[in-house]
Amino acid sequence: MKQPQITIEHTTLPNGLRVVIAPDSTAPVVTVGVYYKIGFRLEPRGRSGFAHLFEHMMFQGSANAPKMQHIKLINSSGGVLNGSTHYDVTNYYEAVPSNALERVLWLEADRMRALKVDDENLRNQRDVVKEEVRVNVMNQPYGGFPWLDLPPVAFRNWANSHNFYGDFADLDAASLADVQSFFKTYYVPNNAVLLILGDVQPGEGIAFAKKYFADIPAGPHPPFADPTEPEQKEERRGEVEEKFGTLPAMAIGYPIPARRTRDWCAMTLLDMALHGGRAGRLHRELVLEKQIAVEADGGIDDIFGYNGPSQMVTRILHKPEFSSEVTLAAFDAVIREIQQNGISEDELQQLKVKWRSDYYSTLEGGRGGHMPRYGLMHLLACFTLFDGEPQLVNTILDGFQAVTREDVLAAAKKYLRNDKRAIVFRKPVSAAAKEAA
Amino acid sequence: MVARPAVEEAVAIGIPALSAERAVTWPKQTKTRLSNGLELVLAEAHSIPKFHGQLFFRSGNAAALSRGPALADMTATVVRTGTAKRASRQIEEDLRRIGADLSTSAGQDNSAIAFAGLSEYSEQLLGMVNELAREASFPAPEFERERRQKLEEVKLERTSPGFLASERLRKVLFGAHPYGQVSASEAQVAAYTREDLIGVYRDSYTPENALLLMVGDFDSQAMVKSAEKVFGTWTGKKPEAKPAAAPPHPHGRRVYLVHVPGAVQTQIVAGCAAITRTHPDWIKLGLTNSLYGGAFNSRLVMNIREDKGYTYSPRSAVHPLHEHGYFSVSAAVRNDVVAASLTEIFYEMDKLRSLPVPVPELADAQNYLTGVFSMGLATQEGLLSQLATVALNELPNDYLETYRAKVRALTPEDLLNNARQYLDSANMQIVVVGDRAQIESQARLFGDLEIYDAQGSLLT
Repeated sequence: MKQPQITIEHTTLPNGLRVVIAPDSTAPVVTVGVYYKIGFRLEPRGRSGFAHLFEHMMFQGSANAPKMQHIKLINSSGGVLNGSTHYDVTNYYEAVPSNALERVLWLEADRMRALKVDDENLRNQRDVVKEEVRVNVMNQPYGGFPWLDLPPVAFRNWANSHNFYGDFADLDAASLADVQSFFKTYYVPNNAVLLILGDVQPGEGIAFAKKYFADIPAGPHPPFADPTEPEQKEERRGEVEEKFGTLPAMAIGYPIPARRTRDWCAMTLLDMALHGGRAGRLHRELVLEKQIAVEADGGIDDIFGYNGPSQMVTRILHKPEFSSEVTLAAFDAVIREIQQNGISEDELQQLKVKWRSDYYSTLEGGRGGHMPRYGLMHLLACFTLFDGEPQLVNTILDGFQAVTREDVLAAAKKYLRNDKRAIVFRKPVSAAAKEAA
Repeated sequence: MVARPAVEEAVAIGIPALSAERAVTWPKQTKTRLSNGLELVLAEAHSIPKFHGQLFFRSGNAAALSRGPALADMTATVVRTGTAKRASRQIEEDLRRIGADLSTSAGQDNSAIAFAGLSEYSEQLLGMVNELAREASFPAPEFERERRQKLEEVKLERTSPGFLASERLRKVLFGAHPYGQVSASEAQVAAYTREDLIGVYRDSYTPENALLLMVGDFDSQAMVKSAEKVFGTWTGKKPEAKPAAAPPHPHGRRVYLVHVPGAVQTQIVAGCAAITRTHPDWIKLGLTNSLYGGAFNSRLVMNIREDKGYTYSPRSAVHPLHEHGYFSVSAAVRNDVVAASLTEIFYEMDKLRSLPVPVPELADAQNYLTGVFSMGLATQEGLLSQLATVALNELPNDYLETYRAKVRALTPEDLLNNARQYLDSANMQIVVVGDRAQIESQARLFGDLEIYDAQGSLLT
């Protein structure tokens, strides 16, 4: 069995910026990422959606590169760029031919040093974000289901439960002063990691990082909201209207154990036994065998990318002739079965091989066709910001390979409990789609 | 009058220059035919101990249309549900046992079995692909279940604005040509028979009709031997191509409104006939598209997103189907700016047809296209997709190696002529999907209007 090993060099600059280099000269392409340890969870109250709106503002102009220039300079160097907002991090990334490396670092440093945006830029991006919310949520069948529907039902702490895309009233209330204050608080070098992957020499990468980033002053250590949830004592349920879709749907979420614990590894394989594509128990039972559901999928999203409460979520779209109760009972039967009998040694071995294979793909794979090494970048960033150990990328697999049948059974009993779960039902409103039952 | 954005008034100060470019070297390919005629293309990429492959069949929904719409797609779905040796559940567990992913699908022109897995289990995975390609058994209960499933799917897709827009555009551009049929109705799905699927399978899934591509961590010579061992005894002829109706090439702008009551946004798509990948103007049109709306830094994105904030995701693209290509531009916009967005969409098109592109802007677009083209080198999947494009379209052997030089040789005059020929704004067909009450009067400004419901019935 061949295990790929990622070569990593890392250092911390005097201003607190962590720098991680992963050289690989297979192709003359370099991927650069800057991750800030700030996400949806920490946006201010009354400013839902702000972390994401702010991410858009980071493309609107910095001290020496006015509006349009970030995009223009990367595209015209032969590269692509984007950013994304997550629960606990926000990232900005570029993949370019390696001769543009210095240019990319200069641009990232320029916007870490000083954002230069005005009211017109904010108005423009507020409009763009509203169309993003409409195209992804409000004007799509099952838009936002369940990633926006479940948190308000499952969680009691505002940090975990609010609308992460943002209520339009909150987006409208966001001001330029909010933008600058958020930038000053969270976008400091000591709250970030810079990643350079691909066609770069380690020494060269670290030298460039110093050249462009070392003089950005550190800021006060950013305050972090406490994402702790009060203890949940009974099942929570909620309902959301489905405006366009024809099928009734539901999502069931169970909380998952804290990252890098033994339970967390066991829960990950349990998740794969339940979800894990067409071989997963839920798809097999609900879609293939009982034929109640049209889709039964989901699982733990981005297992390495969370630093606070997170869930294993099953998403089910079912045929209208089956009621919600019948569908949920079929789901419960799958859960009960695994809690009683666990999984066989053969199934465990299958899961471990598949997990290892998927992990290798994450290391190599991109996001879409044109963002090479997105997966490796994301892992290195999260292991650095949350765990302080980028080298985990080469050892994290071991914990999953050590999971036993007993661990999986124990996790099923401990975490798949009705009194700890939340369910949201998405009910179609169109007459044609009403449940027949 | 609509105010025009000032172009490039601001530039970055102190930006580092690009350093010397590193050569782009495409990996060596092994191209051969197995003894049974199966075409094989391999390239080594040792980034991770895995490999990725696709077994293509050069027949898709268009070729199967005489038996039923979207039938190659349905055939592909049922192919993975049983073989002479393995039942559905066994197939799925055996794939997981070797850490593999596999999918079966079909588009207009091709059917495909795509797979990826650990190199240490490559023979087992090839064995599975071989079984699906040759010995699919179409179990009756599996077929019934998948058909029932498909009925829900075709109902559901009619609630997606993006689907409704592209379906209507394809109907308008291709008419009675098979490309005009993008999906099946509920009644058509209900009429599918197991025998239809077996017929499509028998005709299309043959070695003479196939192309096997693999990229990854293997030794090419050993892989050729494995492939011969696994696939060598498979026999079957290439199906006969049937002549298809000519597309209508509609003249004059017309507008097609698909009415979705309560829509809070309007999906716009406009398009016209274009060219296939084998056409000599293909690379030119790619660059024209990139300047117009194919990149973040393109004129249309800068105009209707970054300047005006009408939309999140405007994009243009050239769609190279095998027999005919088409060009389209799309944007999901606020309901009150449908007319304003269309005005800008045509303004940017007409501007490219009227004035030569300034040289610095052309150079930027050339850099973008050549840079992004080479990104495929960095991953097994990216490389596979580039090799598939070349092989499926029978492009010249040096296509990948010479692409960048060809893009860089283009001039403002080339692009002006290309835009005049292919961004056919006078004959663009416009589809808007949204709430009639909010957008009908805006849509009427751009041509004669037909209004449909989501089921495709003409409304008055």
